[in-house]
Amino acid sequence: MNNRFQTLKNAPKPMFIPFIMAGDPSPEDTIETALLLQEEGADVLELGIPYSDPLADGPVIQEAAKRAKGMTIGKAMILVGEMRKRGLDIPVLIFTYINPFLKLGEDRFFQLAKENDVDGLLIPDLPFEESHSLRGRCRAEEISFISLVAPTTSRERLFRIAEEAQGFLYCVSSLGVTGERSDFHPETKRLLQEAKSYTTIPVALGFGISTRQQFVDVGELCDGVIIGSSLIKKAHEIRIDPTLEFGSSFKAYVSSLVNGEQHVNS
Amino acid sequence: MHTVYPDEKGRFGQFGGRYVPETLMFALEELEEAFQKAMEDNTFQEQLNKELTLYSGRPTPLTFAENTTKRFGGAKIYLKREDLNHTGAHKINNAIGQVLLAKRMNKTKVVAETGAGQHGVAVATACARYGLSCKVFMGQEDIARQSLNVFRMKLLGAEVVSVTSGSKTLKDATNEAIRYWAGAVQDTFYCIGSVVGPHPYPRIVRDFQRIIGLETKEQFNEYEGGAPETVIACVGGGSNAMGMFHPFLEDEEVELIGVEAGGLGLETGKHAASITTGSIGVLHGSMTFLNQDESGQILEPYSISAGLDYPGVGPEHSHLAATKRVTYKTITDAEALEALKILSEEEGILPAIESAHALAQAFEEAVNQPEHTSIVVCLSGRGDKDVSTIMNLLEEDGSYE
Ligand SMILES: Cc1ncc(COP(=O)(O)O)c(C=O)c1O
Repeated sequence: MNNRFQTLKNAPKPMFIPFIMAGDPSPEDTIETALLLQEEGADVLELGIPYSDPLADGPVIQEAAKRAKGMTIGKAMILVGEMRKRGLDIPVLIFTYINPFLKLGEDRFFQLAKENDVDGLLIPDLPFEESHSLRGRCRAEEISFISLVAPTTSRERLFRIAEEAQGFLYCVSSLGVTGERSDFHPETKRLLQEAKSYTTIPVALGFGISTRQQFVDVGELCDGVIIGSSLIKKAHEIRIDPTLEFGSSFKAYVSSLVNGEQHVNS
Repeated sequence: MHTVYPDEKGRFGQFGGRYVPETLMFALEELEEAFQKAMEDNTFQEQLNKELTLYSGRPTPLTFAENTTKRFGGAKIYLKREDLNHTGAHKINNAIGQVLLAKRMNKTKVVAETGAGQHGVAVATACARYGLSCKVFMGQEDIARQSLNVFRMKLLGAEVVSVTSGSKTLKDATNEAIRYWAGAVQDTFYCIGSVVGPHPYPRIVRDFQRIIGLETKEQFNEYEGGAPETVIACVGGGSNAMGMFHPFLEDEEVELIGVEAGGLGLETGKHAASITTGSIGVLHGSMTFLNQDESGQILEPYSISAGLDYPGVGPEHSHLAATKRVTYKTITDAEALEALKILSEEEGILPAIESAHALAQAFEEAVNQPEHTSIVVCLSGRGDKDVSTIMNLLEEDGSYE
């Protein structure tokens, strides 16, 4: 299998990296959402796995995880295989907490990743120090292990993490959990500049981005913009509104965010 | 050697470690360094000891439970009276330690989680005394069960935040406290309530609680000479037990028994016995035994006692269970309540429902041991906070009309 993250080096910037929750509110809906996002120019799909105790996530993602009850990493990876059959060809990244990952088992994860063309893995509660052997295995298996850095990460630590980073380097824009925010941590700009100077792979920013203006501003400072809560919230709002058709409404919203095009029904 | 842990990675054998979002890594490193320095600093030690003596009321007595001993007719039963601490439980030992540490680190705000409310009250108390602001996360369910403690925290000037996610108990209060801390990490100290969480917390809490075992050892030797045959403590996260056990770990002849909450019975699935029935996983930043389903979702625990209602356990306990240095058993709600009634009637001591779990186990052990042997039970707290729970339960069976 060739790791699709290779293609990111040449992708037009800023890349659009959406995060959605596998199984929210159903497996079929997740496939539909993923394909719509690809049509609207997503460069990477970040697929979250529902977890009972998500320490890094705010209320929107916690709610999405509840709606997706019953979804597991194993099932989500098979779902990726299904998305592939239906035409998804952007890189897919599995976002899971360490406990469900341990339960699935490393061997099973890599087997399922191969079978279903999964390209990357991100574990927000597995810090650099604890991830050494898994990072090595990921490299050997050609799965990108995505590392995170935060505004509180020291320069020395940032250097060490960036040096070892695979796929793209995920910078967190604010302290605290995921969710929409009106402003970012004052250290964000420095973080991105330093991160870029320490690595040759793309540097992306996530946590809290929800408006067109933020997308543009952030896009000028780095190579990719990760959007989660805002998409998940909007998708949910559209789904529960009987007057809206999901596909067109969701596409319109994504387009307004990423391309700045205004649509009447967004 | 059982006492060399944790190692430099914060591990107790395969357990422990540091599994947290990157945002928190610097705070844990900062905390580890500050704790290390404080423990080597005589001024800090003196200040801590002075507060424990003149403010909290240490040393707490070791009381011989004479009537109870007669009633069961076996081993002598001794009670380590952590219930006589200021605020009514062992939790204050750790709260004073950590809040003094927070102050030393120039933090002005403290955040904590609480189950039974005892840790919340202890932290609110220490924050009031040392002049720090205090925010306590507590599950909505526990707020209802422990309204007295909620009111106490408010009187002490703390803000109590009701947590409505998950099972609305301690596990979720802990999640919320950690999430909040991640956002406020630059000026806020997280004061964790048990020997759980990412490294260095299990070590910090254990070291602040070791005073229980150290005093017990000395007091027992004074009264009876030598060491007790058996030492028993209840285990939620495991802080009173760890504090009690740790000074005895190298005394291989002393049998150590930790008691988990058996709830409505292990077979019902409604319990909080993570060592007895759980499997290895990661919760709240450390690797340990916990109750989870086959896909790694954490199962909601159950116990009559809010303080034992936790799906995991401190990593050092997991290690002590795996290496068989400590034996872990379970006691049901009903057995704990029965023990609580017995101690009240025989000794005039109303124990916390948490502590009653350890007592029930002690009564079971005592019967089977010869009269010249001794059992020390850690009476982790007093039962005042539980009076309304107990009243509701006992009124149902008509015994206190
Ligand atoms: C009186 C009492 N005992 C025991 C516990 C359980 O905590 P740990 O297992 O950390 O000692 C609590 C917790 O609130 C408590 O209030």
